[in-house]
Amino acid sequence: MRRGRGHGDGTVTSPAGRVGRVLVNLAAAGGLVYLFLPIFVIVLFSFNKPKGKFNAVWQEFTLENWADPFKNRPLVDALYVSLRVALISMVVATVLGTFVALALVRYRFRGGQITNLLLVLPLTAPEILLGASLLTLFLEPHLVLANRQFTLGFTTIVIAHIMFCVSYVAMTLKARLRGFDWTLEDAAMDLGAGPIRTFLRVTLPLITPGILAAALLSFALSIDDFIITYFVAGPDVKTFPLQIFGQSRTATPPQINVLATMILVGSVAVLAAGTWWGRRRARRLGLR
Amino acid sequence: MTKRFGDFVAVDDAHFVIARGEFFAMLGPSGCGKTTTLRMIAGFERPTAGAIRLEGRDVSRVPPYRRDVNTVFQQYALFPHLTVWDNVAFGLRAKRLPKGEIAVRVQQMLEIVRLTELANRRPAQLSGGQQQRVALARALVNYPKALLLDEPLAALDLKLRQAMQLELKRIQREVGITFIFVTHDQEEALTMSDRIAVMSEGRVEQIGAPTEIYDSPASVFVAGFIGQANLFAGVVTRVGGDRAAVRLGTDGELEAPTTTEGLKPGDAVAVMIRPERARLLTTEPAPPRVGVPGTVTDLTFQGPVLRVGMVTAADERVVAHVRPDEDLPLLRPGARVWLTFEPDAARVLRARDRVAPVGDEREIAEIEALTVPRTAGGAR
Repeated sequence: MRRGRGHGDGTVTSPAGRVGRVLVNLAAAGGLVYLFLPIFVIVLFSFNKPKGKFNAVWQEFTLENWADPFKNRPLVDALYVSLRVALISMVVATVLGTFVALALVRYRFRGGQITNLLLVLPLTAPEILLGASLLTLFLEPHLVLANRQFTLGFTTIVIAHIMFCVSYVAMTLKARLRGFDWTLEDAAMDLGAGPIRTFLRVTLPLITPGILAAALLSFALSIDDFIITYFVAGPDVKTFPLQIFGQSRTATPPQINVLATMILVGSVAVLAAGTWWGRRRARRLGLR
Repeated sequence: MTKRFGDFVAVDDAHFVIARGEFFAMLGPSGCGKTTTLRMIAGFERPTAGAIRLEGRDVSRVPPYRRDVNTVFQQYALFPHLTVWDNVAFGLRAKRLPKGEIAVRVQQMLEIVRLTELANRRPAQLSGGQQQRVALARALVNYPKALLLDEPLAALDLKLRQAMQLELKRIQREVGITFIFVTHDQEEALTMSDRIAVMSEGRVEQIGAPTEIYDSPASVFVAGFIGQANLFAGVVTRVGGDRAAVRLGTDGELEAPTTTEGLKPGDAVAVMIRPERARLLTTEPAPPRVGVPGTVTDLTFQGPVLRVGMVTAADERVVAHVRPDEDLPLLRPGARVWLTFEPDAARVLRARDRVAPVGDEREIAEIEALTVPRTAGGAR
């Protein structure tokens, strides 16, 4: 870390102070390396030309894997499944979660406190329990399904993902809504806008950044999930993580790393774009 | 109408009629129920009892978006994601007026509030005074039956506030719309309003023109809240017509006008005299004139007047304004003086256990802080 702008500690010149600063910087660097090393390895090994079926030992540099990233058919199919699951559950969970958050922040009602509490459960409960209980729910015909059974597969995965994503969306958005100026809704209604027009023209445009952030989180969580998906996926449908796990006993082709790197680059791009857009918007609207 | 939040009575049987085109102020300390009253007129709160009639029609149960009144909010509540133009057009678009008419009316209203050049700015790029005028234009463009203003000038600094007072008055004359205005600032209310309703603890204490309220306050509270008032405790000895004779402790007896109804001999009252109507003598006045003896505590030169603070034998703090050119060479802290006045300039008010303070706003604020109910929801 260079001293100067914005730090206000540019005047620390005593030897002890300098030693302290070096130690702090070393610790920070250590922390960052710790965080990014695994990711770096993923990217690096997408350029590896492994001997045999396991891409675990560095052999030599190659661009072959990148020349044909979609070579491993089952893997690509699984990625496609994952993207579809993530997209559908993101849309549904974002809509539901947004309304949950709005209700909890905007209105006081009977059971609001308890809902607040229960909302955290899917976040804190062990995933393996959630997975197991969801499986029971899908297979046990007497509990809620009026004597029908679900065929485990795409639908059950989506239902399960929506379940935990709603929680995350609602929690994220609730935090964002804390500072919302609700007199704006009063003002809109005062000007003759009914509840729906007020929501569409005033509330929604103003909370859109929060909703988008929550949606991105939901998408990432869904793509990422293994444990719950493992329970509810059934024998025939494989998401990206399930497919990798399944393959890893027999082979780990470098295409895994290529696709993972693509996902990584994609997420970073989306995040950067989101941050840039959010800052520009906040400046224009004079928010915070 | 009456509004209760749980056990807390925010507005207690307030009743008044506002004429079309009137500039009407609701004035009172924070927590007196004026904002709640305004929110009931706007439609954000429903009265617990009573009714709100708008040109004869009972609108008590009509939601805000179907009421023909518009509000200027205290912090303006401008839509930050819309330009000035779109903010002003919001109400007309909600009413689905034709595009052409919207354009004409928005343009016209921006001219009235002198914001035409800033039409494409967003609220964040405007000064406080400009935002205030956008809020005004956004409400007025709908030609409401009444415009409700909730402390609209409170967020502005003093100079701008004074300029906006005149500006508001000009705009009101120009558009001819009824303004209902909530404020805790007595000077603001006196400057702008045709009539003022003084409120305290949810009750309307008095309604009248500014001069009427200043000259003939209906209660000790009103006397203390509007302008400064010296109050002397006394007992009624005789009542006749609109005058009452009052014995002032040991300082003699006087007969002064009163608007208080139902006064009887023996009632505890307060004789109110405005500082500018009080005169100071350095010698005891000869009977039958009444003079209240006291000791000067402080002198403040205020330009046109010299403010003389004194404390009476009964430990009442009183204030007199004297012209600086008046020849009172003996006027200095510690001097013994007699405060006297024409009985016709005084008013006899019913004494209350809650006596509004004499003197400056700071003292009023202190008393307010002690008397405002702590219950939430009284005012926002």
